Amino acid sequence: MASEPGRAPRLICRNVWKLFGPRAKTWLSTNGPSPSDDAISASGLVGAVRGIDLEVREGEIFVIMGLSGSGKSTLVRCLSRLIEPTGGEILYEGRDLLAMSEAEMMRIRRHKMGMVFQHFALLPHMSVLENVAFPLEVQGAGRSERETRARKVIALVGLEGREEAYPRELSGGQQQRVGIARSLAADPELWFLDEPFSALDPLIRREMQDEFLRLQRMLSKTIVFITHDFDEAIRLADRIAIMKDGKLEQVGTPEEIVITPSTPYVTEFTRAVPRAKVVRLGSVMVPADQPAPERCLPATATVAEAAPVFLDGVDRIGVTDKDGLTVGQIHRSAVIDLVLGGWKDG
Amino acid sequence: MADAALPAPIPRPKGLVWLLAISAFLVFSTWGASLAPWAFEMPRAWQVPFAETLSRFVKWLLNDASFGLFTFAELTRFIAAILDAPYRLVLAFLSSGSPEAGLPPMSWIGVTGLAAIAGHRAGGAPLALLIAVCFGFIAVFGRWESAMVTLASIVIAVPIGIAGGLAIGILAHRSRFIARAIIPVLDLMQTVPVFAYLVPILILFGFGPVAAIVATLIYAMPPMIRVTMLALSRVPAEIVDLGRMVGCSEPQMTWRVMVPAAKDALMLGANQVIMLSLNMVIIASMIGAGGLGFDVLSALRRLDFGAGLEAGLCIVALAIALDRLSQAFAGLKVNPATGGTWLSRHPHLFAGLCLLTLTYLAGLVWPWVETFPVAWEYTTGDFWSRVMREINVTYFDALEAIKTTLLLNLMIPVKRFLIDLPWLGVAALLAFAGLQLSGPRLALLTGSLTVLIALTGLWEQAMTTVYLCGVSVMFAMLIGVPIGIAAAERNWLWVGTRTVIDTLQTLPSFVYLMPAVMLFRVGDFTAMLAVVAYSVVPAIRYTVLGLRGVDSGLVEAGRAMGCTEGQILRRIKLKLALPEIMLGLNQTIMFALSMLVITALVGTRDLGQEVYIALTKANAGAGLVSGLCVAFIAIIADRLIQASAARMRAGLGLADGGRHES
Repeated sequence: MASEPGRAPRLICRNVWKLFGPRAKTWLSTNGPSPSDDAISASGLVGAVRGIDLEVREGEIFVIMGLSGSGKSTLVRCLSRLIEPTGGEILYEGRDLLAMSEAEMMRIRRHKMGMVFQHFALLPHMSVLENVAFPLEVQGAGRSERETRARKVIALVGLEGREEAYPRELSGGQQQRVGIARSLAADPELWFLDEPFSALDPLIRREMQDEFLRLQRMLSKTIVFITHDFDEAIRLADRIAIMKDGKLEQVGTPEEIVITPSTPYVTEFTRAVPRAKVVRLGSVMVPADQPAPERCLPATATVAEAAPVFLDGVDRIGVTDKDGLTVGQIHRSAVIDLVLGGWKDG
Repeated sequence: MADAALPAPIPRPKGLVWLLAISAFLVFSTWGASLAPWAFEMPRAWQVPFAETLSRFVKWLLNDASFGLFTFAELTRFIAAILDAPYRLVLAFLSSGSPEAGLPPMSWIGVTGLAAIAGHRAGGAPLALLIAVCFGFIAVFGRWESAMVTLASIVIAVPIGIAGGLAIGILAHRSRFIARAIIPVLDLMQTVPVFAYLVPILILFGFGPVAAIVATLIYAMPPMIRVTMLALSRVPAEIVDLGRMVGCSEPQMTWRVMVPAAKDALMLGANQVIMLSLNMVIIASMIGAGGLGFDVLSALRRLDFGAGLEAGLCIVALAIALDRLSQAFAGLKVNPATGGTWLSRHPHLFAGLCLLTLTYLAGLVWPWVETFPVAWEYTTGDFWSRVMREINVTYFDALEAIKTTLLLNLMIPVKRFLIDLPWLGVAALLAFAGLQLSGPRLALLTGSLTVLIALTGLWEQAMTTVYLCGVSVMFAMLIGVPIGIAAAERNWLWVGTRTVIDTLQTLPSFVYLMPAVMLFRVGDFTAMLAVVAYSVVPAIRYTVLGLRGVDSGLVEAGRAMGCTEGQILRRIKLKLALPEIMLGLNQTIMFALSMLVITALVGTRDLGQEVYIALTKANAGAGLVSGLCVAFIAIIADRLIQASAARMRAGLGLADGGRHES
């Protein structure tokens, strides 16, 4: 699932700011467009999101990773204007969301955006079916229409048979499946997930991550996924943005971030990540010798996925591109180096 | 614990400063009278005629005030008409029938049966039985007619109170401006004694059930507004985000997301409205509600203890039935039935309709179905009156001795001391306390409210209120805290205690007054007993809550260090529970003040008496001013105690942090 650089950006942030405090907007417009940290703290304002530039591309999983207080949840809420950004531009379909009226914004939220919440945010007085159909109800869809659609998405997330249950009767994992189904009910193009699996047990979390990847393979939404868990980010992301103190530290594919972390802060996160699980064969292959290797794997496979093949006594394996043509090879010793040396600092 | 080592956000009170302030206050109080007599007794020339101004204002409202299109008097008449029509209708169903149409009211069996069916719907057979017993109790004691009159006004007041409170609460939640305007009004409405606004209501709406319903609404609605505001603000932020994210319009947001998400808390508010409306039953009967309240009131005036107790217990029975019923409906998780015929989906509705038809037809044949036969009625009134007489005859000397001892040695000296205090000194001391406990804003509030009380010229009455309240609260705490400590440690005792105090809390406050009057006749001592009996409940409850809320880890740590149970209680539990116990003290004071006004009926000479006199003279201004003075005392006490509890909690928080580090 490597990112394809050719994909077009769908959601673009340009110098987005969120300052908390009295008269923040006026202050930013006189001291802007990009005030220094010192100026902000001197003014008594709190900078939650500071000058963010980023592009989310069509159909990719864009993960924003940061610890608590890094501003990641504020940023994702700025993207849908649940929180009103103090300054900057957010471009979607060529228009600035921040310049839109509340009515236009409501229309975009209804039809183009879906959101999954950390604590599920299910309405306690509604059944699973009603919860999932709620976005359609708000839009004014008729009962039979919205229920047909809701049943379809409920089946999609594997909850058929629980339509009449109430949220309180479901486990955490099941509740989040309802949350996911609801966010998909209106078939949005942009899919925001705010730490969707953080409140779940580790085993369930892993299962839900797989489920999420399965859904994305089917649906190809443009996704902004928030997490504080670096492993989760590595596992799911096409690209990752690492946030600290309201600013972006680094944006890149998981592989880029692990192999070439750009700041000491990012390096800290990558330290404990096994390289072999992130590095893809395409990045470490060498030109193929003759005769061509018997066993082949795609360039997008990770080194860790390739390692078991060598257990069969093979010396080298071929690396193929997406059309199946051999483009290189990787040698047993290179894999051993990566697997064993993977915990050392890069 | 060195002060310097603590990075305290609030500076700790310095013992020395307090000592100096109190000494200065005492010196001034003792020897200042000759120096500055005006500081002791507010000179007449300085007093502000608030009462006359207010009276004029009410008169102006009634006679001249106009909103352009219509006058204020027309507005009140309009409100009265809106309330009156449904009230007459409900009353016809429950009590009076419709003589024009020749229809009798619903039979006693019909009403009891309907209530029981509703109970069965919400809480199954046990609740149905409880409700039937409550209504049966009322019938057996011969209070059916009165109870139905009371029920009719409750049936009108409660839905309006809930809907109005909800609507205002929603508005206040939506607009910070409205919220800011409404919170001080709520504070006042909840601290001003009810008697105070009975007079203006009486003047504006006239004597009768409508005025009583208006008074009930003013009393019962504020908590619903508060609960609504709180419940809506506590809806999780994610749920609010969800509503906006799916693109809810404002009405969708309110009615499909916020209100349902806050339902549990809102139901508690609705239950509060019911209970407070029942609390008002007796007081409302002073301005024409009739019904059970009037029965209690007239029994009290005749000093007929037995009759008053029975009527009071009938109010309790009604309260229990409505309380449990509303709680059961609140807890009901609706899973709408699907399939089947209309009949099988709505068995309770069907049973109710059948019952009504059957009892109506049967009532035509057998009169005892329609009205409860007098021959079946029963009264214990004589018995209670005899018991009282016996006690009085046998123990007169002992009772009298107790009363005189306490009066001479405690109550009168305290009263003298307080009344002799200079108003200026008291204002300064309270402002100083506000400054030390919180800051200049609190100091300004407490100081200026005290001066305002003095300016009304009611200083002596106000200090009498403070003295009665203070002595009563002291006794309530002396009784309540030990009971609370004992009950917190033993589960069985707590279960028993809780049942008792829950029952005590549903008793109308007047009921406390009667045995006290029977035993000790009128006077301050009697008033104090009634106030103590009424206000001991929060003292017990908060002590137990505080002690039980102490982190069990800390108790275990104490045990592990080898503390004895006594040491654990004194050194750990009581220390940590102190802020909560302080809140209990606060509530005890509020309860005591609200009861004090009622004890005016037994001849105290405090602000309550002023209010009561104003009520009998229909003097709106004097009533409001005296009532506001009571409210000011309540607000001063409340703010000071809240501030010191907050400070204590902050202090304990710091202590907690230290423990975690080690």
